[in-house]
Amino acid sequence: MKHISEYRDGKLSVPIVESMRRRLDGRQVTFMEVCGTHTMSIYRYGLKWMLPENVNLLSGPGCPVCVTGNEYIDRAVALAKLDDVILTTFGDMMRVPGSSSSLERERAAGHDVRVVYSTLEALDLARENPGKEVVFLGVGFETTVPTIAASILVAMAEGLKNFTVASANKTVPEALAAIATGELRLNGFLGPAHVSTIIGAEPYSFLPRDHGLAVVIAGFEPLDVLHSIDMLCAQVAEDRPEVELQYARIAKAEGNPKAREITAKVFEPCNANWRGIGVIPGSGLALREEFADFDAERKFPHLEVEPLREHAGCICGDILQGLAQPEDCKLFGGACTPESPVGACMVSSEGTCAAHFKYGSSGGHRGD
Amino acid sequence: MCLGIPMKLIRVEDGDRGLVEVDGMQKTVSLALLEERPEGAYVLVHAGYALQLVDEEEAEKTLKLLREFAELKEKMGPEDPA
Repeated sequence: MKHISEYRDGKLSVPIVESMRRRLDGRQVTFMEVCGTHTMSIYRYGLKWMLPENVNLLSGPGCPVCVTGNEYIDRAVALAKLDDVILTTFGDMMRVPGSSSSLERERAAGHDVRVVYSTLEALDLARENPGKEVVFLGVGFETTVPTIAASILVAMAEGLKNFTVASANKTVPEALAAIATGELRLNGFLGPAHVSTIIGAEPYSFLPRDHGLAVVIAGFEPLDVLHSIDMLCAQVAEDRPEVELQYARIAKAEGNPKAREITAKVFEPCNANWRGIGVIPGSGLALREEFADFDAERKFPHLEVEPLREHAGCICGDILQGLAQPEDCKLFGGACTPESPVGACMVSSEGTCAAHFKYGSSGGHRGD
Repeated sequence: MCLGIPMKLIRVEDGDRGLVEVDGMQKTVSLALLEERPEGAYVLVHAGYALQLVDEEEAEKTLKLLREFAELKEKMGPEDPA
């Protein structure tokens, strides 16, 4: 595949790792990969175990499914139980356990829950089923949100009265601010690739300016990741924290202004609850008043939602902040596995626990 | 969640749609989020929407940088891993 396979040439990985070693000259550094797709790539290609022993890589909160709280899953479950509703969602949400149920369980119980690849499919379902309410679960970061906003604009233009979105959309820079001011001591971030194709480089500029942190917006392929870590090492070695673009072929400094405009037309910032981290002010996206007709929250105000219950022993919250590793969790690999997940980090294919379970932890050197 | 695949834009169609191709497979995606839509260019496709054009010049620059690591290694000789 063009623009992918070139970045998987294993021969080039060794000299890049050697470059890191030379640049750091024994100095210890800790970086966080923000994005779940990076986490998956790092485990899948065994990159963590290739790095010099003085480079520590932590996984961050960049998987939208993982950071979605139980209360949202419970609301989605309540929506699925309504007779006239077709609930549509991206596949990753199906197995995430809420307080006592999941969407997969509700589907098995006969409720109409459908996995879609795109909001375009959800719109088609709304057109084909005028007697039903089609609700789309909007769980995404800046990458996905414009596609959700665009679908709402189409629904409005077509006068589709039976299409709504339940928004748990979130924005990444606010979460990075929370981590930068938290207890974790980091030297820098691997910036998310596709979030940055939309938001560009500027929203990260506070990290070097206010916190002295290095930022490299990194592609998802293995050589992209290694190259970006080498660029982070160079910033640290030369004491010049800044925002750099490794993924310049797709993530441009200015991002995608048209996509941002479409997002801003439909959504406005709100406070959002991040699993394990808590409420981060201004980190969520709610539908604006003029799109109230397309807001599932407002269309279904009297849902019967079960009382919130968190899963005892699950430490997803700490794992999402880089404060704990999967092995630190008593449930990991025993009570909590990909077949029978307790926490969201084990459900999503991009979750740290799922990646750790699938690809193992041999050769890990995470400071313990 | 944020996975995206670069696909070649074969044809721009009505209603903000475009036909794209990857590895011989063709599909229709939305171009509603793209300002420019040059046929023949690669676009990053995520969740049924093209999000961004692939910049061939930047891609070449990055590949050149990556190849330079190997050349640098040859110049410097093998490094003592200790």
